Amino acid sequence: MEFLLKPWPWYLSGPLIAVVMFLMIYFGKTFGMSSNLKTLCAMGGGAKYADYFKFDWKAQRWNLVVVLGAIMGGFIAVTFLSDGSPIALNPKTVSNLTELGFQNAGDTLLPPEIYSWQHVLSFKGISILIIAGFLIGFGTRYADGCTSGHAIMGLSNLQLPSLIAVIGFFIGGLIMTHFLLPLIF
Amino acid sequence: MKFIKFFFVGIFFGIVLVKSEAVSWYRIYEMFKFQSFHMYGIIGSAVFIGALSIGLIKYLKIKNIEGNDIYLPPKDRGFTSYIVGGTLFGFGWALAGACPGPMYILLGTGVFSMLIVIAAAVLGTFTYGLIRTKLPH
Repeated sequence: MEFLLKPWPWYLSGPLIAVVMFLMIYFGKTFGMSSNLKTLCAMGGGAKYADYFKFDWKAQRWNLVVVLGAIMGGFIAVTFLSDGSPIALNPKTVSNLTELGFQNAGDTLLPPEIYSWQHVLSFKGISILIIAGFLIGFGTRYADGCTSGHAIMGLSNLQLPSLIAVIGFFIGGLIMTHFLLPLIF
Repeated sequence: MKFIKFFFVGIFFGIVLVKSEAVSWYRIYEMFKFQSFHMYGIIGSAVFIGALSIGLIKYLKIKNIEGNDIYLPPKDRGFTSYIVGGTLFGFGWALAGACPGPMYILLGTGVFSMLIVIAAAVLGTFTYGLIRTKLPH
């Protein structure tokens, strides 16, 4: 069972994500995590402000239950299923990140330079998280899906719009990583 | 009780995404730098097995758990909203290193500052709802 505690290789992880998608389809639903954000807006009374949120959000409660499970899954994975192995990043990635000011890349899941309270509680730090979150929420609704709904489910269902969206994900991600991150950090 | 199966699928999803390191900001950075096959392998094999499963579901006319035909609604045709919305999301994905699934999973791993990203994502979604009719689609 020791291999369970090590990081899982891509050829195990990818097919397991497909299993998640299959289960969601078998349960009569779809696979799409960003829809939750729309449901949360509708729950909070968004219908008063925009017709876009006028739908029966109670029918979407199952998707919020998936979110609760995902939070629990994250907890279980780090608490019971991890041996603290660092992430085996390409040494080149590590040195690129050191140049940007990111130390000890791969020792934790997330860089403390972005997510530790010390950095979050500065004007720059909190701006980064708010802008990133806003773009995620706005962009996924504008594109009608995110990595799960388009890149996994949409591409698996051979949807041309999903391919266009995924190309968009990469245009944005490449510009951010190659041109904007060096300006921000 | 009909919700419990979704809770367990969520747990499974969360565990797989942490153990695969797909929730890691560093892995996303490495992917956009084209310095590792890891993320491409995950997404590629998920889509490969996913496409095979959906193909089989359609070919064998597999019923869902309630005994009904499985129908996967096709995405609306379009271009502008997919490419522009996708690009905006891509900016956020590469900056936060998390997409909507991992946001929640990372919260579960104990990164409470992720709540700020989630709150801002709800605000972004709300803003889209407000100005939706004025945007090109």
